[in-house]
Amino acid sequence: MNVDLSRRGFLKLAGAGVAATSVGAMGFGEAEAAEIAHVRAFKLWTTTEARNTCPYCSVACGVILYSKGDVKAGGAEILHVEGDADHPTNRGTLCPKGAALKDFIHAPTRLTEPRYRKAGADRFEPITWDAALDKIARALKDDRDANLITTNAEGVTVNRWTSTGFLAASATTNETAWATTKVVKALGVAGFDNQARV
Amino acid sequence: MTNSWTDIKNTDLVIVMGGNAAEAHPCGFKWVTEAKARRGARLIVVDPRFTRTASVADYYAPIRPGSDIAWLMGMIRWMIENDKVQWDYVRNYTNASLLVNEGFGWSDGLFTGYEPEKRNYDMSTWEYQIGDDGFALTDPTLRDPRCVWNLLKAHVDPYTPEMVERICGTPKDRFLRIAEMIGECSAPDKVMTSMYALGWTQHSKGAQNIRGMAMLQLILGNIGMRGGGMNALRGHSNIQGLTDMGLMSNLLPGYLNMPTEKDTDFDTYLSKRQYKPLRPDQTSYWQNYPKFMVSYLKAMWGDHATKENGWCFDYLPKLDVANYDILRMFDMMYKGEVNLYFCQGFNPLLAFPNRAKLTTALSKLKLLVTMDPLETETSRFWENHGDFNDVDPAAIETEVIQLPTTCFAEEEGSLTNSGRWLQWHWPGGSPPGEAKHDTWIMAQIFLRVRELYRQEGGTVPEPILNLNWDYADPNEPTAEELAKEINGRALGQVTDLVDTSKVLAEPGKLLQNFTQLRDDGSTSSGCWIYSGCWNEQGNNMARRDTSDPDGTGAYLNWSWSWPVNRRILYNRASADLDGNPWDPERKLVWWNGEKWIGYDVPDIAVTAKPGTVMPFIMNPEGVSRLFSRGLMRDGPFPIHMEPFESPVANFLNPDLRGNPAARIFEDDAAQLATSADFPHVGTSYRLTEHFHYWTKHNPVNSVLQPEFFVEISEELAKEKGIGNADWVRVWSNRGSIKAKAYVTKRLKPLMCDGKALHVVGIPLHWGFTGAARKGFGPNSLTPFVGDANVETPESKAFLVNIEKTTPPTEGATS
Amino acid sequence: MTAATPPTTARSNPPVEQLESYFGPQDLVRRSATLDQPAPERELTKVAKLIDVTRCIGCKACQSACIEWNDTHPEMEDFAGSYMNPHDLTPEMFTLMRFTEWENPETNQLEWLIRKDGCMHCEDPGCLKACPAPGAIVQYSNGIVDFIHENCIGCGYCVSGCPFDIPRVSKVTNVAYKCTLCSDRVAVGQGPACAKACPTECISFGTKDDMKAQAEERIAELKSRGFENAGLYDPDGVGGTHVMYVLHHADKPEVYAGLPAEPRISPVVETWKGVTKYLGLAAIGAMAVGTTLHGLMGRANKVSHEDEEKAEDLVETEEGTKR
Repeated sequence: MNVDLSRRGFLKLAGAGVAATSVGAMGFGEAEAAEIAHVRAFKLWTTTEARNTCPYCSVACGVILYSKGDVKAGGAEILHVEGDADHPTNRGTLCPKGAALKDFIHAPTRLTEPRYRKAGADRFEPITWDAALDKIARALKDDRDANLITTNAEGVTVNRWTSTGFLAASATTNETAWATTKVVKALGVAGFDNQARV
Repeated sequence: MTNSWTDIKNTDLVIVMGGNAAEAHPCGFKWVTEAKARRGARLIVVDPRFTRTASVADYYAPIRPGSDIAWLMGMIRWMIENDKVQWDYVRNYTNASLLVNEGFGWSDGLFTGYEPEKRNYDMSTWEYQIGDDGFALTDPTLRDPRCVWNLLKAHVDPYTPEMVERICGTPKDRFLRIAEMIGECSAPDKVMTSMYALGWTQHSKGAQNIRGMAMLQLILGNIGMRGGGMNALRGHSNIQGLTDMGLMSNLLPGYLNMPTEKDTDFDTYLSKRQYKPLRPDQTSYWQNYPKFMVSYLKAMWGDHATKENGWCFDYLPKLDVANYDILRMFDMMYKGEVNLYFCQGFNPLLAFPNRAKLTTALSKLKLLVTMDPLETETSRFWENHGDFNDVDPAAIETEVIQLPTTCFAEEEGSLTNSGRWLQWHWPGGSPPGEAKHDTWIMAQIFLRVRELYRQEGGTVPEPILNLNWDYADPNEPTAEELAKEINGRALGQVTDLVDTSKVLAEPGKLLQNFTQLRDDGSTSSGCWIYSGCWNEQGNNMARRDTSDPDGTGAYLNWSWSWPVNRRILYNRASADLDGNPWDPERKLVWWNGEKWIGYDVPDIAVTAKPGTVMPFIMNPEGVSRLFSRGLMRDGPFPIHMEPFESPVANFLNPDLRGNPAARIFEDDAAQLATSADFPHVGTSYRLTEHFHYWTKHNPVNSVLQPEFFVEISEELAKEKGIGNADWVRVWSNRGSIKAKAYVTKRLKPLMCDGKALHVVGIPLHWGFTGAARKGFGPNSLTPFVGDANVETPESKAFLVNIEKTTPPTEGATS
Repeated sequence: MTAATPPTTARSNPPVEQLESYFGPQDLVRRSATLDQPAPERELTKVAKLIDVTRCIGCKACQSACIEWNDTHPEMEDFAGSYMNPHDLTPEMFTLMRFTEWENPETNQLEWLIRKDGCMHCEDPGCLKACPAPGAIVQYSNGIVDFIHENCIGCGYCVSGCPFDIPRVSKVTNVAYKCTLCSDRVAVGQGPACAKACPTECISFGTKDDMKAQAEERIAELKSRGFENAGLYDPDGVGGTHVMYVLHHADKPEVYAGLPAEPRISPVVETWKGVTKYLGLAAIGAMAVGTTLHGLMGRANKVSHEDEEKAEDLVETEEGTKR
């Protein structure tokens, strides 16, 4: 035997022996250990797929949402998100944001209840949807009645409301945008913009 | 985008300038990689920083933030001087030959008609010479000194390569090398594409930056071509859709515009928008404006909108100023003139300039309502977070209601991508907790306000009481119902305009597309350019056929694009005057002797004979514009203007500051600094690991880029004694931030006007909520001034100073 | 159950109806600390991942997709003067973009070299050879080197044995982790999660032959752009790898954040393999098992420099007592 072992090398050998012995000591036989040698179970079996598009930039990559449970019944949970290989633009690929969409959907800071902050308070408190919406409607009506400019100095009808403003979201759908613009323009709001302005 | 993401594979040369496509749009950038691999395309990057896009570029050149117009005019000058011009295209498809009013001119960095006290131009001379027949005069030989081409030549003359180097800091040899690469694309069968984003828009002359490149692309004959075009890489998933749908203070859906006080009645309003052709035989498609507008008003107010009441025109607010844009609204808020403010999926505290001013403004509201799937800094602007949000909650009287909404994964509907494709999506998950759809929230707000008006009466209740709200469940309109309303319906029988015996649509039926819209009240459509998205053939936005004849990348049966499923705008210009493709290898549309056919929906009437009707059908001239008449507030040609905060004087006129036609409020003007106290140029940008202020809520993205930093050169670091990853303070005349320093070779000092200038790069993405470490963004520092035409804030070039410092304090609340 | 077919591309949509894996324990060609692993009855086509660093934009989609697919939870760190985050591979981060700002001395141009680091799936895997735990590291005939965590004892020898310094031992579970080449995906005909996600498709996946052919095309294209030294990184010293790189500067791989020019399994590991055959493991093991084993196993463990020093003391004491 022609072995030139350094001291550290010998220690490694010792450690190796320790480890090899330990497996036996832990009660695994060769056959059982071989049984463990298989790959992880594929986690998407029996999930439901939904076709969606990424909500971030304007490339609009196709994504597939893999979930368990029934969306219509209200109990669907998304387990995984992956690029849609059929999509002509992204061909299944996703960027570092898109690839992590599952953790955006389940972000710890997702909001789950309406909240209200009183004047001067240092925290939010819960409020019911009804109470929140009534408060909003009342505030809108009062401010519009008080501040809608109906005609200008020349007597031209202008129906312009500038003491209330609205920012729309460039991540909402076209359909949401239509519902939003109908309401906001009908109210007479002049200060209406979305992210396209910035 | 004039073209689509998938079309980029057809290009020969990509120029990324005013953007950072690889980082901000990685999967779209794939098509650049494809063009490189499949066609041997080259990639040029021009950017103040050596970005991740630059890391895969064939050629990179630095540029000083805010000097792009000089660079682009220099490029146009070089093309003209070296005869790198697609002459047939320029002569026939641009307004090069049209003659301009004798009174028009420029001197000292200003065009004729400047009114300094108003910061405004009298644009009366910025017009063509009009003949007795009402058409613009032309000189097809381009010899007349007053033709657009000769004026352009004179206009770009000062921008020599030496001057470009002096203004922009782009070394002359690099500029010339790029000029040669670009010049090759003047050949009819060579095409360049321009990919840009907020690096060009966020300037006080952002719109003119983009015009500069558009003009260069026209001179090279690259608009309307496969692999060509002007490709605005839009920043959000549906920012294109919200622009198309007109959710802006000065717009209505489909680029119709909001009436102003000068539009005293509906006919007056229409008369200023139905442009008559400026050349014989031209389409001037906006002549159809009344059809689109009446159909919109019918979609809004249904049966209440009648010819007699001007289709409820008076229900719409009329503007007394050009725009109630975000800067104006926050300035009004700052002055205590705004009481209620709604933020639907928007985080202005971090997204708008001059955070100190924003905080003061929000503190003067009575009520702030936020609707968002996530926590936002805006909804917690009153909460103390130490250095990261140094406020006293007790002193802030604003009430805040924070409403939880669903996100994309829990809702159905369409989003419009940058290439104008409307793609339908389906939900995969259920809303968390009590989160609600935005449509439900908007319906609830509307129904409750309407109920109050019904019960109590009030000021001008009619626009609200009469709003068309005809949904199966008024509490929550479905995406399908709303999409059909956008597409439009026949209200009466719609017949062919020529052969009135031919019925096109029976009452109640969905319209085929906008060619069926009428101005007599017989049709409704929420957004004319989207008409065709969901017609009697079904939901075209949900189509998933990936066939692509000739591999053009058009994918005509995948989703649906506006207008009328056209994938490349101005595609008629991809063929010569006779209708034959400029490049037989990259055919797009062509004239077959009887009509226009091809791989895309032709952007011209299918039977319009070549040689008479010109390709730019939306323009009254029928051709594209190298000279934009009075359509832009700051000039018919792009002219060099310095940023409002600049380290160098304007070489054309040292007395000018910023864009002379841009609006700036008095308080904000007083806060502008000079390079005496703030010698370095700050600029803001995205990083690829994050999306705006959303992904800092995502633990995964927070791992990939956890903490706020600023980027500086090794030279600046040495000068200031700053080591890599040291804490630094960066401050402007409006605010101060703390960040770790990233000392990098990817930023180098720029030699401009004889001085070595340093750029301080400041990424977005950090705030005081979410999973990532607390940080600041650039907007504590940025100036409160916007573009002269569209008011986009000047976040890409401002003045700062920097020093080594100690870490920030966290504050009690988390 | 229908049997899955081997993947030929990185980009297809995963099946949701259960398929039978196309490979499994019957396809092992090597098994750690197992002297007489029988040769499998069939030989699978070799697979490989090809990373074309010249197309890489350093976006970290690969890291993101890796975290999501493997359900790992890397710790959020801080900014430490580079875009590289986490700061190193960890038991929860199997792949990492390493960034190098390199001024090319030949051209005087700045190049920002970005390399996706992670397990190379060596044909001759040093980790497996160094591993003393039977069946903790296995190699399938398609080339995948996988860690079987149930068999791992957390000794960290795989780290020392790896010529690329890839595996990391968890302080929480005391188990070594690394890229599995998404063996669970590959088994049902899917490419690895990182390759599927990669926006510029700089990561490809398929048979090793296909990947080498694709690399040739890429190298020809790079040479046409002036990268005369473009080439494939598939180092012989470890018998070739099942993760390969296309490099613009294949003549100097070290510029890519220290990619070894000539990776080889440490002579110590090679020797150890020889020693065990003749010296016998049990003798050494019996000597140390009472104390050292306890010391190594009793706490979450990564074999660091310090640990080795401590182990050394223990053994010395043991030796001293015996003497």
